[in-house]
Amino acid sequence: MVKVQLFVTCLVDSFFPEVGEAVVDVLERHGCTVEFPFDQTCCGQPAFNVGYHDQAREMAQHTIEVLDATEGTIVVPSGSCADMMINHTPELFDGNDELRGAAERVSARVKEFSSFLVDELGITDAGAVCAGRTATYHPSCHGFRNLGIRVQPETLLDHVSGLERVDLPDAETCCGFGGLFSVELPEVSASIMSTKLTNVEATGANLLVGVDVSCLMHLAGGLRRRGSTIEVKHIAEVLNGEPAS
Amino acid sequence: MVPVAFIDRARKGLGSPGVAALNTGSRRMMSHRLTAVEEFPSMDSMRDRAREIRLYSLAHLDELLARFTDEVEAQGGHVFFAADGEEAIGYIRRLAERENVGRIVKSKSMVTEEIHLNDALEAGEFEVVETDLGEFIIQLSGDTPSHIIAPVMHKTRQDVGRLFADKLDVEYTDDPQELNGIARSHLRQIFLDADMGISGCNVAIAESGTVSLVTNEGNGRLTTTAPRVHVAIMGMERIVPTLGDAAVILEVLARSATGQKLSVYTSLITGPRRPEEPDGPDEFHVVILDNGRSRVLGGDTAEILACIRCGACLNVCPVYREAGGHAYGFTYSGPIGAVLVPSLLGLEDWHDLPYASSLCGACLDACPVRIDLPELLLRLRRDAVAQGYPPPGLERVIGWYAGLATRPALWRTALRAAGLGSKVLGRKGWISSLPGKGAAWTDHRDLPRPATRPFHARWKERNGGT
Repeated sequence: MVKVQLFVTCLVDSFFPEVGEAVVDVLERHGCTVEFPFDQTCCGQPAFNVGYHDQAREMAQHTIEVLDATEGTIVVPSGSCADMMINHTPELFDGNDELRGAAERVSARVKEFSSFLVDELGITDAGAVCAGRTATYHPSCHGFRNLGIRVQPETLLDHVSGLERVDLPDAETCCGFGGLFSVELPEVSASIMSTKLTNVEATGANLLVGVDVSCLMHLAGGLRRRGSTIEVKHIAEVLNGEPAS
Repeated sequence: MVPVAFIDRARKGLGSPGVAALNTGSRRMMSHRLTAVEEFPSMDSMRDRAREIRLYSLAHLDELLARFTDEVEAQGGHVFFAADGEEAIGYIRRLAERENVGRIVKSKSMVTEEIHLNDALEAGEFEVVETDLGEFIIQLSGDTPSHIIAPVMHKTRQDVGRLFADKLDVEYTDDPQELNGIARSHLRQIFLDADMGISGCNVAIAESGTVSLVTNEGNGRLTTTAPRVHVAIMGMERIVPTLGDAAVILEVLARSATGQKLSVYTSLITGPRRPEEPDGPDEFHVVILDNGRSRVLGGDTAEILACIRCGACLNVCPVYREAGGHAYGFTYSGPIGAVLVPSLLGLEDWHDLPYASSLCGACLDACPVRIDLPELLLRLRRDAVAQGYPPPGLERVIGWYAGLATRPALWRTALRAAGLGSKVLGRKGWISSLPGKGAAWTDHRDLPRPATRPFHARWKERNGGT
């Protein structure tokens, strides 16, 4: 059995707990013992990205203390939060050797969910069934550009029985979410989103899949506002069997 | 605190025909770049080399500029160091007066846009004519550039046709070839009558005192050879040590900018006309501009000075493409502008520019010298907060959120409360209208309702605690 720690992220915790449950189900089905450090909250990325380093540091310190007391790979169902924890959290503790050391220990254990399945567990076929659906995959920017996550989720989707995956035109362009960017520059965010959704619709897919619920929340909200029937799912939900519709 | 202006300017651009034209144009340039990069397997190692050259040059700026100055002077040219725009303008104006200059022609130069040189010279009763087609159109229409290498990206050929018919007394046409021809014949005599030519400088070469200029129109060559006096103006960071180094920069520059192997005209200008040469200016002056660059060099956005002004980061930037170049409010737009402008001019007036990015990172992918633009934007945001210029209202929200996120029991209670409390806001799990700041979300998209049973609660039920 492989012991893993689930860092579920604040958005999954509060808005999409079913994604967290799907992550646990899939990991358990593939031989993992999943632990959930119960005092976890938020990695601090929302504050960090808008320049509030003091507040980000407080949140990051809490996260590090909770996770450093555990063992095993820390699985995160978000490329963006994983990127924060891997590429930014340690630098917040420059000048404090003890915390910087702890941050580096934690950061070395962090892995985004889909890349954990493929790169560490060696799974390409998760044994999932999703009959009669056509899906397109949006590679969210931080996971894709900063952690190289793209081929892993696409491979997993390609092996879902009954699911056809179609390429998203201009897939590598941002969806316009960008965290607080989405409410600080709402019209610009919405305009970028609109371009993305037009591309999603052009694929003819009836399912949009990603590895970040943040971008997916923004895109799902936009699709719903457009009156679209395209469903939006985190990859864990797709890999956990037949998506409820 | 000044009102946040980026969003106000962006609102004017969003969905407008001008920005639609710019969006199409920048996507076309992006795809040209991708093709050029694909065809050139050594591009990645060439980018590494270009980055090394640029960082080396920034680290040795003082000695390189001293060497460059010695070489220019040895060739019979003159070098003037301008601390700011005012000094640069003063020097050029005095020179023009001394040389009895009437008409001045210019080839494209962003640094002259940065210091608003044209306005100052025209106020001094000199006639100034832009000769780059894009800049000529900008000047004729009283506009400002929207892209650092394609200044009229925001205009359609119909716009240009109407402008020419109106200002140049010609028949309306929107045929690009004919429009080119009209500009060409209009400008030809102006070149011949000009007393002074002002050019920019893409790369300056320290070992030989050479100024290099890349254009695709040939106007740069006329500007620098036909008039009696040639003034090249350059940002002080635009220098590299050797001709070989310049060759590397020019190679990645053309591919990244327009997808060309090399621009149509690449001019290397060393000194004024020599006695045995038939063409060229009698006087050659180089104005080296600081205008905030020394300060940037000492700060933690110094890497931005490695920029070679190719515009690739603009073309790939979703914010630039949707909001348009004018949304940035200054000569330099897109990701490079969002970092360079507040770095040069200070955050007090430009603190909203670092926030004009979703931090998607496409700019870093595209940059030929691998400037970590997202990282520099993050540093400027940190500085904006530290200097007291955060986006309005954010401080309270972040503080409140951090307070919850560092108190796990309170966090869990708050999530449950949000789930239960939001029941009143949305039916079927979605909220379509929120008051206050929340409207920034719901004006454009629905919001899922926070879960009544957050993951923490579900985990507890699933595993009986811990």
